[in-house]
Amino acid sequence: MNFYYFSSPATFYRLAGTMAPFFFAAALATGIAGLYMGFVVAPTDAQQGEVYRVIFIHVPAAWMSMFAYFVMACYGAISLTFNTRLAAMMARAIAPTGAMFTFVALWTGSFWGRPTWGTYWVWDARITSELVLLFLYLGFIALANAFEDPRRGDRAAALLAIIGVVNLPIIYFSVQWWNTLHQGSSVSFKGTSMHVAMLWAMLLMAISFWMYTIGAALVRCRTIILERERRAQWVRAMT
Amino acid sequence: MNAATATAGPVSAGSFATGFAWSFARDLTLAIRHPGETLLVVAFFVLVASLFPLGVGADPQLLARIGPGVIWVCALLAAFLSLPALFAGDYADGTLEQMTLSPHPMPSWASGKIAAHWVASGLPLTVLSPLIGLQYGLDPATLGTLAAALLLGTPILSLLGAACTALALGARGGGVLLALLALPLFVPVLIFGAGAAEAQAAGLSPAPHLSLLAAGLILALMALPFAICAAIRIALD
Repeated sequence: MNFYYFSSPATFYRLAGTMAPFFFAAALATGIAGLYMGFVVAPTDAQQGEVYRVIFIHVPAAWMSMFAYFVMACYGAISLTFNTRLAAMMARAIAPTGAMFTFVALWTGSFWGRPTWGTYWVWDARITSELVLLFLYLGFIALANAFEDPRRGDRAAALLAIIGVVNLPIIYFSVQWWNTLHQGSSVSFKGTSMHVAMLWAMLLMAISFWMYTIGAALVRCRTIILERERRAQWVRAMT
Repeated sequence: MNAATATAGPVSAGSFATGFAWSFARDLTLAIRHPGETLLVVAFFVLVASLFPLGVGADPQLLARIGPGVIWVCALLAAFLSLPALFAGDYADGTLEQMTLSPHPMPSWASGKIAAHWVASGLPLTVLSPLIGLQYGLDPATLGTLAAALLLGTPILSLLGAACTALALGARGGGVLLALLALPLFVPVLIFGAGAAEAQAAGLSPAPHLSLLAAGLILALMALPFAICAAIRIALD
């Protein structure tokens, strides 16, 4: 089969419609399993008590916020280099979900910070750079929608996303570069400093958020395709 | 290049140096002929920096503590204010389109414009910053560090801001959109710039902050002119 077959909005529209329910189902299944593992199976933390369970939402959301931005910038780069329409639409489709996860990461972090650090907010390097990430997402969305011609918005926003990628390593390495309040990662490829059930709960939640992000992006991309192609024959034939 | 060599060939060959020098001289001449805009930015900087002591109280210790940060934020806002003028006028009357047709490579004249913008906005702020610092009661060493940090940091602001303003050419909601695009990208410059002066004031070495700022400037000088050209091409498409 031709690899480029699905790069046409018309064919991708159908493919996305078929795939999105599966991703949502997978998100639901892994989400329920992850929450069960996190809130029932995983033991209470010796130092933090029950409040540590916020990490099962917080950490996957923070991972997702960064990864979604990276994927968005990659789609932006593809759309600029190959001048493809669909890649730009996907970049637009990912942005709101990424912004949502960035907000969730900040919000849950501040709820966790109140009982453990004694404050809702600190101007720590990682928290500040995550806040900047939220503004980058908002800037991307605002710029993409600021033009009469949607293709002009696509290109400008794609370039902005690529410039903003500089922020990702800053967020990721901030806990190593600056020795501030936010603790370092407990998970690494060499092994973890966590209980097995906690690790599983976190990984399941991460998979769930991934699946949700893909599903939401596909559904949103379908809407964007319909909006852009509303004058095309195949869209008119559907109604 | 003199007139004779320019007219000798059928098409005068462009080069980076001539393109840079030409647009730098042109934009600087424009800034000198309309001194109001440049002075407005400087006046804004001084005015906002003078408002803080009135707002937070004139306690000398507090002022010396917040001085570097306040001066940096004011410099950031002043640099941001002068951004729309960088490309908007040339975009509106078609000059930008003519410039892309010139034989000089695009990054050359774009860099020239940005350099002129920095000379007209960032440099005066850097030169004035010790005076504002005196108002805040900063000691001489901190004043020097602050000026050095501004000297390294304001060109980064001009480059980043130029990229954002080129992206937003012809967009709806101009100023607010530009703020949303540019100010988050300015954050690292603000952190290291203010950090340098604060480290100096606290008796630590400002060298790490200044080195990071210099590294950022080199990176911005290498990468951003190309991003700016890409943004201008998108705008002219």
